[in-house]
This record gives sequence, structure tokens and C-alpha cells, in this order.
Amino acid sequence: MSSEKKPSWKIAQSIARKLGAIAALALLGGLLSATFVRLAPGFDADERELDPSLNAESVQALRQARAGEHNILSFYASYLRGAVHGDLGTSHALGQPVQTLLRERWPVTVRVAGIGLLLAWLLASTLAFTACLWRFPAYEILGITVSGAFLCIPAAVLALLSVILNAPGYLAIALIVFPKIYRYSRNLLAKAYALPHITAARARGLGEIRILACHVLPVAGPQMIALAGITVSIALGACIPVEALCGLPGIGQLAWQAALSRDLPLLVNLTVLVTLVTLLANSGADVMIYMLSPREA
Amino acid sequence: MNTNTTVRRSSLRFLSCALLCCALLSTYAFAQTGGELRFCLRSEPKTFDPLLVDDDSSLSIRYLTGGVLARVNRRTQELEPELAESWKISKDGKQITFKLRLGVTFSDGSPFSSEDVAFTMQRLMDPALHSSTGDAFRSGNGAVTTNIIAPDQVSISFAAPIAGLDRLFDQVAIMSAHSPKKEAAVLGPFMVAEYKAGSSVLLRRNPNYWKKDSQGRRLPYLDSIRLDIQPNRDVEMLRFKRGELDLINVLDSDYFDRLAASSPGLTHDAGPSLDSDFMWFNQVASAPIPEYKRVWFRSANFRRAISQAINRDDLSRVVFNGHAQPAIGPVSPANKFWFNSKLKAEPYRPDAALQGLQADGFRLQNGALFDKAGNPVEFSIVTNASSKARERMAVMVQEDLGKLGIKVNVVTLDFPSLIERISQKFNYEAAMLGFRNVDLDPNGQMNIWLSSAEDHAWNPQQKSPETAWETEIDRLMRAQASTADPKKRKESFDRVQEIVAEQTPLIYLVNQNALSAISSGVEGANPGILSPQTFWNAERLTLNATTRASR
Amino acid sequence: MNAARKLACVVVLVVCVVSLAANWLAPAGYAKQFREAPSAPPSHQHWLGTDEVGRDRFSRVLYGTRISLLLAPAAALVSTVLAALVGGLAGYLGGIWLRLARGFTDLFLSLPWLFLLITVRALLPLNVSPLTSVLITFFILGLLGWAASARVLSTSADTLRNSDFVLQARASGLHGPRLFLVHVLPNLKPVLYAQFWISIPVFILSEANLGILGLGVAEPLPSWGSLLRELEGLISFREEPWRLAPLLLLIVVMTSFQLLLSNEEVTA
Repeated sequence: MSSEKKPSWKIAQSIARKLGAIAALALLGGLLSATFVRLAPGFDADERELDPSLNAESVQALRQARAGEHNILSFYASYLRGAVHGDLGTSHALGQPVQTLLRERWPVTVRVAGIGLLLAWLLASTLAFTACLWRFPAYEILGITVSGAFLCIPAAVLALLSVILNAPGYLAIALIVFPKIYRYSRNLLAKAYALPHITAARARGLGEIRILACHVLPVAGPQMIALAGITVSIALGACIPVEALCGLPGIGQLAWQAALSRDLPLLVNLTVLVTLVTLLANSGADVMIYMLSPREA
Repeated sequence: MNTNTTVRRSSLRFLSCALLCCALLSTYAFAQTGGELRFCLRSEPKTFDPLLVDDDSSLSIRYLTGGVLARVNRRTQELEPELAESWKISKDGKQITFKLRLGVTFSDGSPFSSEDVAFTMQRLMDPALHSSTGDAFRSGNGAVTTNIIAPDQVSISFAAPIAGLDRLFDQVAIMSAHSPKKEAAVLGPFMVAEYKAGSSVLLRRNPNYWKKDSQGRRLPYLDSIRLDIQPNRDVEMLRFKRGELDLINVLDSDYFDRLAASSPGLTHDAGPSLDSDFMWFNQVASAPIPEYKRVWFRSANFRRAISQAINRDDLSRVVFNGHAQPAIGPVSPANKFWFNSKLKAEPYRPDAALQGLQADGFRLQNGALFDKAGNPVEFSIVTNASSKARERMAVMVQEDLGKLGIKVNVVTLDFPSLIERISQKFNYEAAMLGFRNVDLDPNGQMNIWLSSAEDHAWNPQQKSPETAWETEIDRLMRAQASTADPKKRKESFDRVQEIVAEQTPLIYLVNQNALSAISSGVEGANPGILSPQTFWNAERLTLNATTRASR
Repeated sequence: MNAARKLACVVVLVVCVVSLAANWLAPAGYAKQFREAPSAPPSHQHWLGTDEVGRDRFSRVLYGTRISLLLAPAAALVSTVLAALVGGLAGYLGGIWLRLARGFTDLFLSLPWLFLLITVRALLPLNVSPLTSVLITFFILGLLGWAASARVLSTSADTLRNSDFVLQARASGLHGPRLFLVHVLPNLKPVLYAQFWISIPVFILSEANLGILGLGVAEPLPSWGSLLRELEGLISFREEPWRLAPLLLLIVVMTSFQLLLSNEEVTA
């Protein structure tokens, strides 16, 4: 395969195709999540049914309240129709239009997850790179113990700890995500370092930094970038308990609420959003890998 | 020069006098304004419409913002006049006439009159509006008519007599008939100023609140109340300890002791509340459970034996650290008027339990219990996962029944799945739940004891009562609902409690104590057992100067 | 490093022996409730104190180790194998398979599996035995946990597909499953091992969270996850430091395991 420059319209075409695929997958995700929620037991059940002061008609009315969502396909069709006009439905639990809720909350989550993720990568890469550069056994053990420790602490406990210590929420996210990054990146880097040409380069007297930059990173790089893509998804997942416990009014807290109350409109929108973000992050990583990888004849 | 100095001196004197006056006035104003009270709501308020309110959080907001005609004093349990100066119930119990207070206005300034009361009642009794407040008035069928006799007199007529009619008006927050602000115009001490979904609700003092204290000062003393939405109890406790919250309305017994150890004087145990925790067996004829199990569950002997085999003292002691008492029946002993004082809690008697089971043909073999047909006695108890106390009670019941050779499986489920099982699909064997915010008047439990009702937990919506004792309970409940004479009502309901004790369709376990925590910065608090425990007198609460200054 | 590895070996052996011999070593059964001493501090009779219902914490740790140590790695193995199959194979095959697998994996990562788990619970009988319940739970966790690393693996395998030595192997006549198993899969080891080690504590903790849905270990059977959930009443840590014991034990065991096998992770 020769490294010809593709004509720009072909590039645009492939980008458009990719974006179309992403959109289609996101919508499929919405439909699947709606199906899951609908099929799970307790869809029709409302806490208020157990209230002895409600009479029979009221309880019936409660049960019928979700009748419009019984047929998943028709619900989803009407949701899509509304979405095209910018109406994403109304949340049952919070009584507000989903669009308003999302608009108010996404900056909080972006901030918390974004900073948390950056911190996690900083921490994990520092640990991993220095472990590879210095190669002290004690350091290795420290890395394993520290990352193992944070993996074993439940996310809820880390979130509570950050509330107790008045630490910002993104710190809890960083501590939840960094052990996973560390584990993967340490292994990838170690594997890259174990390759024969690294020993040869060392024997020839190349500096560690040069070896890292020119010989190790190109090998481990693509996989690290792919890892970066999925850590977005992991960070979003970690946002849910952290925001709920730290009282941060973001999308994670919304997801927690929605799951507890089987709020179908909210859950569908959240799934579509999360799928979009995951797909974009991972596709972005793929594109970056493609652009950075050497073209071989 | 001299004139200037004199002028300067006199102006200085004037200035200092003025400053002193300002200081005095501000201290006076300082004493007048009470600062911002902060506490948590455990869940998102579902609605701000006072007629549709049902969940705890919305009820708290309605209590603080809604003006009612008559209020049940949460401490004395007596009904006191509020917006209505007096009222009269007709002899047949079908009509109530209120004499309203004059000169009251809504929070937006629009005048309050009998038109607003009529409007509220009409809206409440609209059959399309499904609210627990409205349903409480709908014990009989037929229309409700309101008659505006004068701007300060209104009478409301019902098709059938309603027991405890006047006390029901404690739940009816009067809405404005004409105000353009609709439900935002309120008559209570506070009004909703801000609502951030998922985050907090801010209530501000209602400048037009009619009530004044004994010295003629306008109530409420507080400037505002901030309600943070925080479902997690650990975080709530933490924030209270840090001084970010002024009170915890309902405190778990776990936290009570820890807090009492570190800061005694902040915790309050008001004694047994009206709440109860209980378990029951599925007696539905069409339930998808094995027939032999249905036979067990339908036998009063079996249920009674299970009840005797549970050590309620241990439950109170271990799960609630002593902040609970063994429950006796549908009514807690704290409900002084309605409790049948002849009844006692079921004592722990495993031997009597075994004998009772053996009378039914069960036998103990190699440490396991078998029924007449040789089936091993094994069943599951479902309960909701969000209650740690109930999980622990279920584990203790599992151990207690294990001593009789009965194998119990504890299954914790999320609430919607649980509700589906116990009220729609009936695919469960035994369940453990609790009643919260129980009404003083047993009429509020009508839908539990009527065999045709939805909340007749063990066998709801029967077309006609399937047992003799359920027929009797139906008759007694209808009897107590159809007369206004409290003595006759008590006779009927006492008999209901006795039947429940004999037949144990619901095995009552414990009555928890009403626990709360109030910081030392709050003045005027007097926590009781009726909800809302700590802020029932919110209009008279103040924060002391230090707390106000620190905010 | 050797000294550390020896220590790790000893720790792992001790933990395995002790957990297998729990029946004999535990001072009390895991279910026996000492109701006169709920939430008691450590004492001669209860080395790690008792939990809120009065059960001996030390015995529960011993029994819980057995379940979690056995089942969590098994579930981690399931998810690793699935990740290798979906991610590795797709990367190796390339083209449309790679694109399909990537899309499927991304979708899988974003769906709310909570509701599927609730449905699974509803389909199981209420009186399912604790062992069956926990087996099913861990199996499901294994089935759900492969997506993240599959994504990374697909990139690794894709890179490998075009690498020199694979092309060479192909040229010398090796293809199909043999090529995948002999040349590609071993090079995916770093990611596979990372996936395996991360999954174990994650599954142990998830099993506890699934208890909320009625899945997971049924009372009174203990598991590390349920023991770790006790940590959620965090306020009392300074007063009750012995409640950290299960967490410390888990960290020590995980670290020891990883130390033992850390060489394996990098050599091809």
C-alpha cells in the first residue's frame, strides 16, 4: 500500500460515512436500552401503589400512567419524531424536559470527568513510565500495591472519602480510573521494553529518554491511544456513583435517578448520549492511530 | 474656629447617636430575622402541586408552604384552628361548616376568602385527580358540594359521613382561586423561591403570612429554609457534623448512637413512633407458588407459630440499638387513643411455636422441619434493598426460624421489582416491609383492612372475603367509618386489632423510635413523633446569633 | 524482587490453605449471630470483632475468601477469553469484521446492563440456592466485562496483523487458527493479563453491588464484596479501624498474586 494522498472529497466522504455509522449505532443503542428498561420487571410499578390512602381508581390510574410506553417501537418512533424537532421528551422523575436537564448538567460532568481523566492519565503514566525507566523492584512493588489498593476500594467508598476530606469530585474519579490505566499501560510499556531491539539500542548507548521516545512509544503507542479511547467510557461510568454521592448536579447523578425510577425517556436519552460519546472517543482514537501509524509498502 | 469645632463636635455626637440607633435597630432586626435553616430531603420532590403531594419530600415542602384550615398539633395531637377560626360538623357527619379568619392574604397579596376554599375542595374532589389527600375524602361515592355562605363562611357537604372529617383538613393546603400565580401563591409561613432539580429547594419567608407570635411579631422568624436533596445518609450525617446542616429530621439508629457518643445533646429520641415494620405470607389463591406452601400460609396456626418464633426483643436491641420496641399490632402504643391497651407484644416462645406447628402436622426431623406430606419447610422473604435495617431484621428472622428447622432465604430486591411481585404478579412467598407516616386515625388504614382493597397485602382485591375473620374485619371497618362517635369507633377498631392478633395476617415486628438530630444553633425545636418530627413548628424556629453570624 | 516474590508465594499459599480449611479454622460459623455483642470491637473471642448482627467477622472473612477467590478469577477468565475472541480475532481478521466488532463493542460498553440483570433475577426462582445464585452472578459478570479490553485488543491485533513477523509466518505457509493461536495471541498477553488482574477486584466489588438487585451471594453466605460493602458506613473509621481488615486482606492477596505472575505478563 503506497502512501498516496487521498483526494479531499474522498476523505470527506469517508468521514461522513463514519459519522453516519456513529449516529446509527447511537440510535440503535437508544432502542436497545428502551427495550431493556421495558422488559425489566417493575416497569409499571410505582412506589405510590403501596400508599394505603389511595383508592382503587387512583392505583389503576398510576398503573396506566405508563401505558403510552408499553409498545417500545411506537414509543421510540415518537421519541425520534420529537428529537428531530429538538424535543427529547420529559423526565417522569424530575418533571422537566430532558433537553433542559441535559443542557444544565453536561458542563458539570465534562468538567468532573475531563479533569478526573487527565489526572488519572497523569498519575498512571508517571508511575508506568518511571517504573520502566528506573526499573527498581521496590518501585515496581509500590506501583502494583498502590494501583491494586485503589482497585479494591469500592467506588462508593472513594466518593464518600472525597466528601469527608472535602476533596473535589474529579479526584475520586481519578483514583477510580487510574489503576486500570496503570495496569494496561505498564504491561504495554514493559512488553515494548522487552523487545530485542531495545536491548540492542541500550547496548549502543542510547539515552533512556531517546529510547522511550523513538523506540518504545511507536510500538506501544497505538494501543495506548486505543486505551485512551476506552478510558473515556470508564470515566463516564465512574461519574455515576461519584456525582450521586458528592452531590454534583451532573449527568451521572441524572443517570442514577433515572435508573432508580425506571424513567424511560431519560434513560433512552442518556444511553444515546453515552453511546455517542463512547463511539466518538473510540473512533477518534482509531483515526489518530491510523494517522500516526507508518505506512508500509 | 470655635464654631467649626462645635459644629464638628455636635455632628460627631449626632453621628454616634445615629450609629447607636442603627446598631440598636439592627440588633432588633437581627433578633427579628432568624437566618437560613438547612436540612436535607431524602429524595426528589415529585410535585409542587399541594393536592397531588404523596411522597415524603413533597409532603415536607407542602407542610412548610401550605396554609390549612385546621392543623393537628404534632406534639399534643390535638386539632387546632389555623385559617379557620372555628368549625362545626353536622350530626350526620356529612357536612362541615368553617368560619374563616378575616384579613388573610396569599403570598402574592391576593385576598383569601371562602371562594378559595371552595375552589380547592372542588379541585380536590375532581374524580380525574388521583391524590391520596382527595381519596381520603372519598370513602363514599357521590359528589361533594361546597356552599359559600359568606366571604368568611363556607360549608362542604359529602354524600356519605366521613369519619374523622375535621382532622383530614390538616392535609388540605388551600390554593388560590383567582391569583395569576396559581400554586405559587401560598398561605403558609414559607414559599418556594428556587428549585434546582436534583440539587436543592430554597424556601423564603412569606411576607404576607398572617400568623403573629404572642408579642405581635410577624412569623416566621426564619428568613429562609434550604432543603438539599441528598439520598445518602452517610453524607447527610457528615454534613450535619460539619455544621452545614442544622437538623436531621429522621435519624437512623446506627447514626444516633455514634452522634450521641460524640455530641450528646444534639440527638433526640422521642420514643416509639407510629411507624411499624412487619412481614406477611402470600395468601393469594391464584399466586404462582406451590400448593402445599399456600396451605401453610393460609393456616393461622402456622402464621401464629412463626410470629412466636421471632425474637422481637433481639430485633429491637440488635438492629435498632434499643431505639425500637416490639410491635403489637396495626396501631402503635404511641397512638394513645386508638391503641387497644389490652393487647401485648407476642413474646418469644420457640417451644410454643413448635407445638403449634406440630398441631398442624409438621414434624422436626434431623434438625429440619417437614410438613404433613413430607415437604421440607422452606420459603423466601423478599424485602427492599435500600433499607439496611430491614435486611438485618430479615437475617435475624432467618436465624430465629432456622432454630425451628425452617430454611428461610432472604432476597433483597429493588423497589419496583418488589412492588411488581407483591401487588401485581404475586410471585412471592413472604415479604417484609414497613409503614411510614402512619395516620393517627385508623380510617387511613381502610385500604389495608378491607378485603376488597388494593393494600390488603396478603390477599388484595378479593371479590368477596374468603375467610370468616376477613368478613368480620370488613364489617367492623365499615362500622367505624360510618359513625362519628369516637367511643363506638374505638370499640369496632379495638375488635379489629384483636382479630389481627389472633389471625396474624401481618406479623408485626417492631415500632421504631422517632429519632432526630438538631444542632445547638437551632432554638425553639421540640421534636415529637408525628411527621415532620423536627420542623413541625418551623414558623417559630430561630437560629442563634453565632450560627447566623457564621453564615 | 526475588525476596518479594517468595513472600508473595507464601502469602498466596497461606490464604489458599486457610480458606480451604475454613471449616476447621473458623472460630464460629459464618452465620452464627452472637446477639449479645453486635458491632463488637476485636477481642479474644472475635479476632476482628463482629458485624451489625453479631456474626464473627474473622470467620466470615475466611469463608468469604473461598467463594470470592474461586469464583472471581473464574469470571475474570471468562471475560478475558471473550475479550480475546471478540477483540483479538476481529483485529486479526481485519476489514469488515474489525469494523463490526468495534461497533458492537462500543455499543456494548454504553448499554444499561443494570436492567438486564434485574430481568435475570426475575427469571430465577426465589428459592435458588446461594451457590447457584453466586455462580450465575459471576458468570454474568464475566459475560459483561469483556468490552473495554476487547477494544484495546482489536487495535493490538490489527497492528500485529500487518507486522513483519506475522507476514513472514504467513509467507511460510502458516494461516488460519494456527497463525492466530501461535503468533498473534501470545503477543496480546500484556493486555489480556491486565484485563484479567483488573477484572478480579472489579468483579468482587460488582458482586456486592448486585446484591441490591437480589443477585450475588445470598444471606447469610459471606463474600468479600459484601464484607467490603460494610466500609460504606465510613464515618466510623477512626473509631473502628478493624473494619478495614477485609480491604487490607484483599489488597495483600491481589498484590501477591500479581507479584507472583508479573513476569508472565510481559514475556511472549
